[in-house]
Parts: sequence; structure tokens; C-alpha cells
Amino acid sequence: MSTLVLLTLTGLGVAALYLLVASGLSLVFGLADVLNFAHGLFLGVGAYATWWAADNLPGAGSDGFGFVVAVAFGVLAGTLVAVLVELVLIRPLYSRTIEQVLVTVGLSLAGVALLQATWGADARPFPRPSWTREVTGVLGANVPNAGLLLIVAAAVVLGGLLAFLHWTRYGLVIRAGVENREMVTALGIDVRKAFTLVFAIGGAAAALAGALGGVYFGTVSPGQGGSLLIFAFIVVVIGGMGSVVGSAYAAVAVGLLQQFVNYYGTSGLGDICVVGLLAVVLLLRPQGLAGKVATA
Amino acid sequence: MTNSVVEAPPAQVPDELTPGRSRWHGLRPFLPLVALVVAAIVPYSTVNLPGFFEGPLNSPGTLQLLAICLVFGGLAAGYDLLFGRTGMLSFGHALYFAAGVYGTDVLVTRAGLPLWQAALLAVTGGTILAALLGAVALRTVGIAFAMVTLAFAQVGAIVVARDFKLGSGEGLTGGEEGLPLDVSGLPAALVGVTNTVNLYWLALAYLTLVVFVVHRVSGSPTGRVLAGLRDDERRIGVLGLDPYRFKLVAFTLAGGLATAGGVVYCLIVGGASPHVTSSELTLSLLVMVVLGGPGTRWGPVLGGILYMYLDHRLTAFGSSDAVENLPAFLSHPLSQPLFVLGTVFILAVYFFPGGLTSLKSRLTPLLTALRRR
Repeated sequence: MSTLVLLTLTGLGVAALYLLVASGLSLVFGLADVLNFAHGLFLGVGAYATWWAADNLPGAGSDGFGFVVAVAFGVLAGTLVAVLVELVLIRPLYSRTIEQVLVTVGLSLAGVALLQATWGADARPFPRPSWTREVTGVLGANVPNAGLLLIVAAAVVLGGLLAFLHWTRYGLVIRAGVENREMVTALGIDVRKAFTLVFAIGGAAAALAGALGGVYFGTVSPGQGGSLLIFAFIVVVIGGMGSVVGSAYAAVAVGLLQQFVNYYGTSGLGDICVVGLLAVVLLLRPQGLAGKVATA
Repeated sequence: MTNSVVEAPPAQVPDELTPGRSRWHGLRPFLPLVALVVAAIVPYSTVNLPGFFEGPLNSPGTLQLLAICLVFGGLAAGYDLLFGRTGMLSFGHALYFAAGVYGTDVLVTRAGLPLWQAALLAVTGGTILAALLGAVALRTVGIAFAMVTLAFAQVGAIVVARDFKLGSGEGLTGGEEGLPLDVSGLPAALVGVTNTVNLYWLALAYLTLVVFVVHRVSGSPTGRVLAGLRDDERRIGVLGLDPYRFKLVAFTLAGGLATAGGVVYCLIVGGASPHVTSSELTLSLLVMVVLGGPGTRWGPVLGGILYMYLDHRLTAFGSSDAVENLPAFLSHPLSQPLFVLGTVFILAVYFFPGGLTSLKSRLTPLLTALRRR
């Protein structure tokens, strides 16, 4: 029983990480049709900015309130980079999607190389509050606090994002843009402002994932974003592109499947099962769990 | 609805309409043949090109670098069959290349098969794999297709990295450390530093084969359907042709060519390492094709050769004194080949959308304007 609880909660922790990355990806793709390979870079920037701030920023630290300041700095840095990327690199190529994808590919290569050039290729120990290294007893299982922190953070972000999308005017524009961009433009609303907004949200969520992922893994390295990004892509496709709720369901399914199969089967089998799940979903329901039809 | 649209390359002016510039004009159709002959006799030259290569042209190190460049030229040309000519954005091409590399390596080293059997099995297996995975992945189009192929390639990377064991004993793929090729069963002509020249010719033969196949396919009726798919898929459907089948043919063919490239690459570097399975390899193939000029005959080949050359040489350039003496904020990024190549790639997407091959048509007006003064 305790194994079951532990596996479920660690699975949900991984799912939370995927969701933080995938929610931004999914919105960006749904609205702007951009498959954003640079999303891993936002994650890396968030992680490194948090790591840097904990040591160097006055008022920030690796514990207590100082850590909150450090994470806030990391999220801010990720958001800024995302907005800059959108304004400088993506916007001039408006509606030329293949070129936009190519630019984000180049950015992911160059950006990761830049992180590597600045801080080295090796993993660095991540500053984390002492309580995240401890465990909490839940129904007889000792669950790492870092995983619980991820679950809480992802739940808060998901709730905030859904409230934003459903109860504000900007959220309405974004949802309408995902449904039909041309119609929103025809109504006299500048959709490109919504693009910037969506990039900012996605960048902030990814940077938060980078900072909390650093706490979860205990280290930070330049390539960390890349491996998470691929599973986030899978989550986005399974969930249905443009749907945050779909991504949430898909992230939970992927995280739990991965943890359980990796534990009861061979290590590594879980990752393969996830891709198998992707293939099954594509064959039975190509538009994803909750998405608009993903044609063209 | 816009994301499967790929910009068609600019219309070519037929050769007979451009004024004959010189007496060399009539020789143009034979230029590829001349280039092939020159490439074939390069190993006989002892010319030293300081700055470009470490040793003389016929030294094993230089020949190996050139052979790797040629293989990647061929790979990029094969990838262009998907991206430039059919408009399919696949992010999983590394999988078929890795199938060739690891297939040959495992069959020779672990199963002890002779090379020709291993190579044949690897290429057949890689082609079948491409057909099977393509059949699933092609149910999606556009960006979703890109993501699905990426996910399939990731499985390959995981399988290789986890180093699954068959029965007891050593793992199949060597995991993180890779698997050196067991050379004891190989033909003597392909083993040893002194025989690097044979591997070079093998790589050249592979490149020639790929260019020939891609050229023949794109000139055939099938190739015209593929170009039609790139420009407007719905129209091909309206004409009564099945886009799915044609795309599957292109995907399988490109997968088979990549697997063959993997076999050659495995022989050249003498083993397999997990980086050939990474998604970065596919991304760099994409960079090669876009830098060279998608949908052109020589662009991807040039792009592939140039990219691999720069990737290898920039490492040496980055650790040279000239760069070391620069301030840290310049020298650190410049010592990362991927930073330089990624930046060049972004600039190319903005300013040279047609790649290297479009440079001529872009520079000609400039040159004529200058000459008139």
C-alpha cells in the first residue's frame, strides 16, 4: 500500500513538472501554431537564474523567504527571455510557421551552448531549502517534500491559468484565438499582443519548472530542458494542442504510467510505454484527448 | 491551416535563357562529374592546407574528417527528400541513422556476423522500421507529425542509453559509453589507420548513391507528386492520388538511405556512441538542409559537408590562441561550435531563406550594379 502511495505521489510530481512545461507549449501552439523548441531554453534560464540569484542577489538565499525571492528572480528572467524571443525573433516571421520553428530550433541549439559556455557542461548542485530534502509521511509512505512542492505549485499554476483564461478579457481573447485566429483578427483585436502574452505565460511556467525541477533533481545542467521538453511535447500531443485541461490530464497519465512501469517493469520501459500510449492515442483519436482537430 | 505550407523555392530561370557567360558555359552539366573525379583523387594529394586541415590532405586524420563530412552531405541530401522536396518536417531522422550505426555494430560485435550480412540486415531492418513508424506517424500532418517522429526517435535514444541485456552478460548497446566495433571479423581493407583512404572512398560512394537516388526520384513522376504534396496537399488528393502512400514511400526511402549512411559512419568512426541517437542530430540535419538550400540538388550536400567541417574545425578554432586572448564574454561562446552554428542558422533563416545555393542569384544583381559603375 505504501509503495502504491509513494509511486502515485512521485508520479504526480513528475506529472506536475511536465504540466508546467506543457501548458505554455500547448497555449503557444494552439494560438500561434509555433512548435517552440526554445521552450527548453526558458526552462534552463529559469533554473540558472534561480541558482545564480541564491548566491549573488541581495535578499535572496537558499532557504526560507530568500529562496522565494530567488525563484521569483528566476521566473522573472525566464519571462523576460520569452518576451524578448517573441518580440525580436518570432514576431517578424508572423504566420510563416516553418521559419518560426526553424528559428526556435536554432535558438535552442545556440542558447543551450551559451549556457554551457557560461557555466560549464557539468551539473551544478542546486541551492534548495533544507525542508525539501526531507520526507513527509502520507498514508504510511515517505514522500519527498520536493515532489509535493511540485504538485502544489503545478496545481496553483493550473488553477491560476484556468481562472485567467476563463474570467478575464485577455483570457477570452486567447481562447478565441485558439479556436479561430482569423475571426478574432477580423473583429478588430490585435492577436499579436496575445502572442506576446502567451509567450510570457509559457516562459514563466517553464522557468518555474526549471527552478522547482532543480530542487527536485538537486542539480542544474544546460541539457536539462531538452529531455523534459520531449516528454512535454508528448504530453501536448496526447492532451490535444491548445488545451490546458487536456495537457493536465495527459501529464497525469504520462507521469503515473512512467513511474509505475519503471518500478514494476524494467527501468526505462516506462518511457517506452509513454511513446506507446502516444501511438495508441494517435491511432484512435488523432486530435488528442481534448483538442481541436489537429489537422494541418 | 498554414503550418504545412513550405515556401516553394524561387522559380529557376532555364539555362538556355541566361546568356552564355563564357566558354565554360557548355561544361556546366559535367561539373558534378568533375567534382566527383577531384574528390576521388584527393587522397593521392599531399597538399598541405594550413588552417583548413591539421595535416596534409592524404593524412588519415584529414581523410577521416572528409569522410565524415561526405557521409553527412549524403544524409542531408536524404533528409532533404523529406523536408525540401516533400515538405515533411520530421524530427526523428536520427533514429534511422542510429539504426544503421547500432545495427551494424551490434550485429558484428555482439552477434559475430560478417560485415556484408550485418550491413544488409541493418539496412533492411532500418527500412522496415521507417515503413512501420512512418505508417503510424503519417496519420498526423504538419507540426503534430514533427512531434510524433521526435517521440519515436526518443524511444531509440532511451533503448540505446538503457543498455538492455539479452539473457545474461554484457548489455547490447554499451549504454553511455557506446560500443566500439569489433574489427577482427572485418575485411582487412577496411581496418586500420593506413586504410582510412578506403573508408573515404566508401563515404564518397555513399554520397554519390544518395545524390543519384534523390535526383532520379525527384525527376520521376513520383517526384513530381511529392513536389505537389509540398505545395498543396489537398490538390493532390483532388487529383485522385493518395497523399498518404506517396509520403510513406518518401519517408521509407529517406529512412533506408539514412540507415545506409549509418552503416558507413559506423565503419568510419569504428563504433557507435549514443549521441547519434539524440534529437540534436536531427536538428543539425535540418540546419544543414536549410543552410544549404532546401529542395535544391546540391544545396543540402554542400550544407551537410560545410556544417560537419565547421562543427569539427570550430572546436579547434575555439581553443586557438586568437580566441583565447579575447575577453571572456566573447571567447567562451565562440568556443562552442553549436553557439556559432545556431546563430548562423538563425541569421540564415532571416536573411538567406534559400540557403547557400540562393547566394548566387542574390549576389548577381549586386555585382552587376557594381560593375556598371
